[in-house]
Amino acid sequence: MVASKANTFHNQPDERGHFGDYGGRYVAETLMPLVLDLEREYRAAQADPEFQREFDDLLEHYVGRPSPLYFAERLTEALRVGSPEGRGAQVWFKRDELNHTGAHKINNCIGQILLAIRMGKTRIIAETGAGQHGVATATVCARFGLPCVIYMGAEDVRRQSPNVFRMKLLGAEVVPVTSGRGTLKDAMNEGLRDWVANVDDTFYIIGTAAGPHPYPELVRDFQSVIGKEARQQMQERIGRLPDLLVAAIGGGSNALGLFHPFLDDPDVKMLGVEAAGHGLDGSEHAASLLGGFPGVLHGNKTYLLQDEDGQITEGHSISAGLDYPGIGPEHAWLKDSGRVEYTAITDEEALEAFQLLCRTEGIIPALEPSHAIAAVAKRAKEMDRDTVILANLCGRGDKDIFTVAERLGVEI
Amino acid sequence: MNEPDPMTTSNRLSSAFAKPHPALVCFLTAGDGDTAANLDALVEGGADVIELGMPFTDPMADGPAIQKANIRSLGAGTTTADVLRIATEFRVRHPNVPLVLMGYANPMIRHGPEWFASAAKDAGVDGVICVDIPPEEDDALGPALRDAGIAPIRLATPTTDDKRLPAVVEGSQGFLYYVAVAGITGMQQAAIESIESNVTRIKQSTDVPVAVGFGVRTPEQAGKIARVADGVVVGSALVELVAEHGADAPARLRELTAGLAKAVHSAARAPRKEEKA
Ligand SMILES: Cc1ncc(COP(=O)(O)O)c(C=O)c1O
Repeated sequence: MVASKANTFHNQPDERGHFGDYGGRYVAETLMPLVLDLEREYRAAQADPEFQREFDDLLEHYVGRPSPLYFAERLTEALRVGSPEGRGAQVWFKRDELNHTGAHKINNCIGQILLAIRMGKTRIIAETGAGQHGVATATVCARFGLPCVIYMGAEDVRRQSPNVFRMKLLGAEVVPVTSGRGTLKDAMNEGLRDWVANVDDTFYIIGTAAGPHPYPELVRDFQSVIGKEARQQMQERIGRLPDLLVAAIGGGSNALGLFHPFLDDPDVKMLGVEAAGHGLDGSEHAASLLGGFPGVLHGNKTYLLQDEDGQITEGHSISAGLDYPGIGPEHAWLKDSGRVEYTAITDEEALEAFQLLCRTEGIIPALEPSHAIAAVAKRAKEMDRDTVILANLCGRGDKDIFTVAERLGVEI
Repeated sequence: MNEPDPMTTSNRLSSAFAKPHPALVCFLTAGDGDTAANLDALVEGGADVIELGMPFTDPMADGPAIQKANIRSLGAGTTTADVLRIATEFRVRHPNVPLVLMGYANPMIRHGPEWFASAAKDAGVDGVICVDIPPEEDDALGPALRDAGIAPIRLATPTTDDKRLPAVVEGSQGFLYYVAVAGITGMQQAAIESIESNVTRIKQSTDVPVAVGFGVRTPEQAGKIARVADGVVVGSALVELVAEHGADAPARLRELTAGLAKAVHSAARAPRKEEKA
């Protein structure tokens, strides 16, 4: 590792959980002893080879890792059509949509449920937006025989109904949250309310690289399996690292999972893709970094969609998994430091990219990575043919076919 | 209603807790209903300290009653400027009644902690309770409040063990808010034995008065708690009256507050640390 280098992007967070100005532990006093406890337990787990062995074993035999690294030849060709002479980068995908449960979320859930068991917790709670994290949490709870309660915004329950049924099949209790606009942030509020009322037996499995320290760090670490594998696979397949990494950002966990192991490779550029919804000029988007300001919500300081008075504004995205008014604090720090570039993709552009991937590669992507694919399509046309883009295909699109059908005016 | 000799910030709170009886602390959400009239009713009923809630879109530590009050207030268009105006006008009408702002970090630090501390000072605010800034993140607001002469009021909870307690009481001024239940506002009530042993434990490590809240609804409960603490905080029960009675809320608030005040004020004050020695 490069951790000994003075000039490293791998030395965050500090011992108080701060990524530069961001992160921290902005929680009610009731939860403070719990997050300190979690941090102690996480440090012990990190130092325990048995924990790592169990994590690796489950990722291999239960999740199906390593996920393939795939050269998207027909997509590459399709993007070259109409590109300037000599342009059109080679597009590769990290196939995390092939994981058990269909998204990257399970990587993190395996890590956290092992921590919960280590800590002797007997009840699991989680929030979910698209339902992917809820399904992944319900899955690991079934696998380890622990009861679980999933908080999900009422609006998301409606637009992600297949995932609601999946969670129920897996034995989870799904609680629709009606406060606020009934989306991910409201589900997270309700998760925190449950946690303060059940401090003794309950473990909160947070689904993205956000929340109070040590969540952003441990979620990143568990998801970093994506980037570690990709780095090695790239070396094996093409003998070098990619020129550009691209990933969609809701809270930022799949992006950090891919980016983090490459942060100290100066020749690897990185692009995080936020949801521009109906466009960044209005308020109907979910781009916290590009359209928000630093503030405090859900246990951490980070960029937030908010008004002049610090009231949180509701984001919008066609993708339920990106529809969150905050972002993991490490991204806030990576943005300010300039190491990662951030851009945003509209609902329309994501829908187009969704269909493009279906037709060129025979892969139905989730709407979340469709945002990354749309950004790839733009960038590839500007880059030379011998350059390589690696995008995180972090989820499959089965859950989204109803939303897409509705938007395309098709009744199914 | 005007009283002579307006007091300064620091002595309004300490005077409230230096009375010969425990203090009744009453909470309402700013901008929910006719807040000025409702606050006056609390004072007339006998409240010793006013806690004015700053509405926030994401009140993570609050139960349904106060969540809804936040939503009603924001729905009516309440801004931070409105909250500060309510405080300023209260200070003119009640120069000697301590007023504490309670809320969440983000609205407080939106334009920087110094801006907020100075605006609160100008509005005659005596203390600030910020739910989601624990001692570990004190830098985010604490120094600005102390510099402005506003008391940062910390929260202690059933999960605050002896190891953490010194960090919690250190730098806490005005009073310490003991949250009697691990949970959200307005839900269950704690057993009096647990409250008593925790308050006793806390008072061994601080001279700051300890007020107890969360789950306190009736004069009977308040009276019991007042026997073991320096103050009792009532919130959701009052907020529910505002929701239920709208323009008629002041009379109901006055009535409940009077009952609570009677019970709290007639309880013997808990011994202070120095008195026990
Ligand atoms: C497939 C998929 N991708 C991405 C996300 C966004 O989360 P994150 O930014 O943490 O990866 C979600 C969230 O539900 C998701 O389901």
